[in-house]
Amino acid sequence: MFDAQTILIWILLSFLIVCAIATTVTKNLLVTVLIFMSYSVVMSVIWIFLESPDLAGTEAAVGAGVTSILFFIVLKKIGALDTSKRKKKDKDSKEGEDNE
Amino acid sequence: MSDSTNHENHENHGNAFVAWVNGEPKPEVEKKEPKPKVKKQKKPFDSAEAYAKFHKLYKPACVILCLAFIAVLVYVSIKTPLFGVTDAPTNNEVAAKYIEEGLEDTGATNIVAGMILDYRAFDTLGESTVLFTAVMAVIILLKVDKDKKKKQDMSAAELKEEAILQHEEELNDKHRDVILKKTAGVIAPFILMFGIYVVLNGHISPGGGFSGGAIIGAGLILISQAFGSKITKRFFNFKVFTIITSGALLTYAALKTYSFYTGAHHMETGIPKGIAGAILSGGFILPLNICVGLIVACTMFGFYSLFSKGEI
Repeated sequence: MFDAQTILIWILLSFLIVCAIATTVTKNLLVTVLIFMSYSVVMSVIWIFLESPDLAGTEAAVGAGVTSILFFIVLKKIGALDTSKRKKKDKDSKEGEDNE
Repeated sequence: MSDSTNHENHENHGNAFVAWVNGEPKPEVEKKEPKPKVKKQKKPFDSAEAYAKFHKLYKPACVILCLAFIAVLVYVSIKTPLFGVTDAPTNNEVAAKYIEEGLEDTGATNIVAGMILDYRAFDTLGESTVLFTAVMAVIILLKVDKDKKKKQDMSAAELKEEAILQHEEELNDKHRDVILKKTAGVIAPFILMFGIYVVLNGHISPGGGFSGGAIIGAGLILISQAFGSKITKRFFNFKVFTIITSGALLTYAALKTYSFYTGAHHMETGIPKGIAGAILSGGFILPLNICVGLIVACTMFGFYSLFSKGEI
């Protein structure tokens, strides 16, 4: 009953649950998006096990690819990607103005 | 003193009652004066206190709501038939018909493509329209209006922000990540080719317009990210985007709403189905797949472009 594929699917499904909980709990937004991405990748592997490779491809392209890219862009726009760098840059630009 | 007046009052009432019983008109009972309401002094609204109150309630409410939802979901999922059981209510004559006669009816080896683009092509038209509408909404929200964007009208902060953005872009153009550039140069053509393959073979092998379009869109995003938006702008600007998206949607509608004019039995309209398994087979499924793929690819790339730069 417990052949290799069943055990693998159970491991992947439990990983999905861990990912879903971790996405809500994590404080760092960048890490959250990365976990979200890994959720999609694992989900696409599960689609292959469920014998629907077309869905697997779509999940990998949309869930892991485009959606996370959009998230990254938004994080960059609102300045949440890495705050330390941003502050430093602002400081640099101010100093440049002073010099001028 | 007050006692005596009360007593008198009582006696008066008693007499009046006796008189009323004897047939006199109803005496006017003295109206009780309403007690002057003691107005509760309203406390001035204290936002900190309200916040503390809310915060106290917030966590227990969250936990209770979550537990309730989890209980409902678990209950429902226990009640649903098990995965892959043959006597589940979904395994009815509809699925049997699709599997048995799908190839004959639609000419597509991939039954899923035959289903979504022939039996239920109208649903797919709706899905494509949803994507189109989403892109339009994003354009309305995020596209930078060039007429309004004049330097005189902008405030100092906006000007500064734009200067920073421009500076960043220039820096990015100058010092593009070498690893990303080289890797993208190698794999991007293969990604695009694989996407086109998935779209064109949608009726033969797993895949179809949506997956292929998403892969093409992701490949375009990769190119734009690695080599700068100037490269993609050469062949993909706002005009091209508009023409492709609306043209593909209109073509889809024209190809698939012919069943409105020919009646419900649109399977027998004389469109050649071809040999099953060949590229040119399956009636209208191939052109419909191409239309859906174009819409999805444009949507994906349009989202990326609008989100990152505010223009296509």
